[in-house]
Amino acid sequence: MRAGEIFAFLGPNGAGKTTTIRMLTTLLRPTSGSLELDGLDPATHQNEVRRRFGVVFQDPSLDGDLTASENMEIHGVLYHMPRQARRERSETLLRMFELWERRDDLVKTFSGGMKRRLEIARGLLHTPKVLFLDEPTLGLDPQSRNQMWTHVKNLNASERVTVFLTTHYMDEADRVADRIAVIDHGRIVAMGSSAELKQQTGADSLEAAFLALTGTTIRDESATAADQMRQVARVWRR
Amino acid sequence: MAVIFILWLREVKKYLRSRVQIIASLGAPLMYLGVLGFGLGPVFQRAGEGSYLQFMAPGVIGMTVLFTAMFSGFAMLWDRQFGFLKETLVAPVPRLAIMIGRTLGGATVAVLQGTLIFVVTLIAGFRPSSLLAVPLAFLVIGLIAVIFSALATAIGSSLKEMQGFQMVMNFLVMPLFFLSGAIYPLEGLPRVLAAFTRVDPLTYGVDGMRGLLTGRTHFGIALDVAVLLGVGVLFVAAGAWRFSKIEA
Repeated sequence: MRAGEIFAFLGPNGAGKTTTIRMLTTLLRPTSGSLELDGLDPATHQNEVRRRFGVVFQDPSLDGDLTASENMEIHGVLYHMPRQARRERSETLLRMFELWERRDDLVKTFSGGMKRRLEIARGLLHTPKVLFLDEPTLGLDPQSRNQMWTHVKNLNASERVTVFLTTHYMDEADRVADRIAVIDHGRIVAMGSSAELKQQTGADSLEAAFLALTGTTIRDESATAADQMRQVARVWRR
Repeated sequence: MAVIFILWLREVKKYLRSRVQIIASLGAPLMYLGVLGFGLGPVFQRAGEGSYLQFMAPGVIGMTVLFTAMFSGFAMLWDRQFGFLKETLVAPVPRLAIMIGRTLGGATVAVLQGTLIFVVTLIAGFRPSSLLAVPLAFLVIGLIAVIFSALATAIGSSLKEMQGFQMVMNFLVMPLFFLSGAIYPLEGLPRVLAAFTRVDPLTYGVDGMRGLLTGRTHFGIALDVAVLLGVGVLFVAAGAWRFSKIEA
């Protein structure tokens, strides 16, 4: 990954995308090999690394019983931001993500797209160098997805924040990413711009290139505790 | 410090906003107080033990604190996957600060809930023998709350699946309550049961509270408080250790 680029990480289910993010964000220690984020090893320099990234996880990590402002406020305190800076940057970001008018509403009353936007805004509050987005558009309608990527592209341009994203939507990767890595069975099988990947595989679309690289077999993952909880969560949301 | 404070504040704010939960959690204590308290009252009276309501009110307060504190820990299990916990785990703050903030928050909520039940027992007819002892009783309530919030944190950090929750509820929380002497006197128990009641930390909490509020104590208030302090230190350490091991 190069500083300032938008980097897409693609791969079939179970390829290791989320695991990679969990390791880079200090939630999981690698069993072998080494990691580096801005020249630092997440396993040994946890706090320095944590200051440098913002992350939007696959599963929501907002507090629905608090307001948008309160979620931002707690984040600012957790990242040791001075009060003044916290307030100002929070306002800038909430306005940018069109959430300012709803700042005092409880997050549980927000739509899926709004929650995602708030998570991204929160992840950017402490001006990180790298922003991780793990399948941020999962379950969003095309309008919300489109709007979200516009925001991300703008931020990447205006704040020079490096973006590391994973997605299953090839068109999104094609549209927003400067470079793409395809991962399968825990290894990177190809890396380059969308055009390079297409050229390399002789495919006419990124989707075809992806299938050429990773095959067409469906990956059957065994369900984990998290998957079971996700199912329960789905029922409860109704 | 700011981190501990804001995480504590979060728990308290969430509690004060959840009116439905507050009302729902009054159900069990009210049933024990109303049905058991008045149902067994006449038998208790005939046995020459005095007023049963007077006897069991501290027990019901202890039960409320136990249940509320344990629930805050189970909420963590859910929080880890679908909630706010991950946000705190990737922040540049020590795990210990997060654990202390959450545990103190959970304990505060348990004390607030215990206070609510205390008021309910007063309405039901419970009369503390000395008003001066009430603040001291609240110190004991605080200790109980910290002990079980820390225990819940330790368990919540160790469990992987929601099914484990039911196990803990049936094999730990309910026995902790029934063995505590909250609803029966500790005098003249069969030896085995007496032994079990002695390893239950809640026993000392209820006994201490009862001693302060009604003057009736089995172990003596000094011993009760000493045991609670010891167990408190032990459980907080265990909770901090388990919490530091979470991989999300």
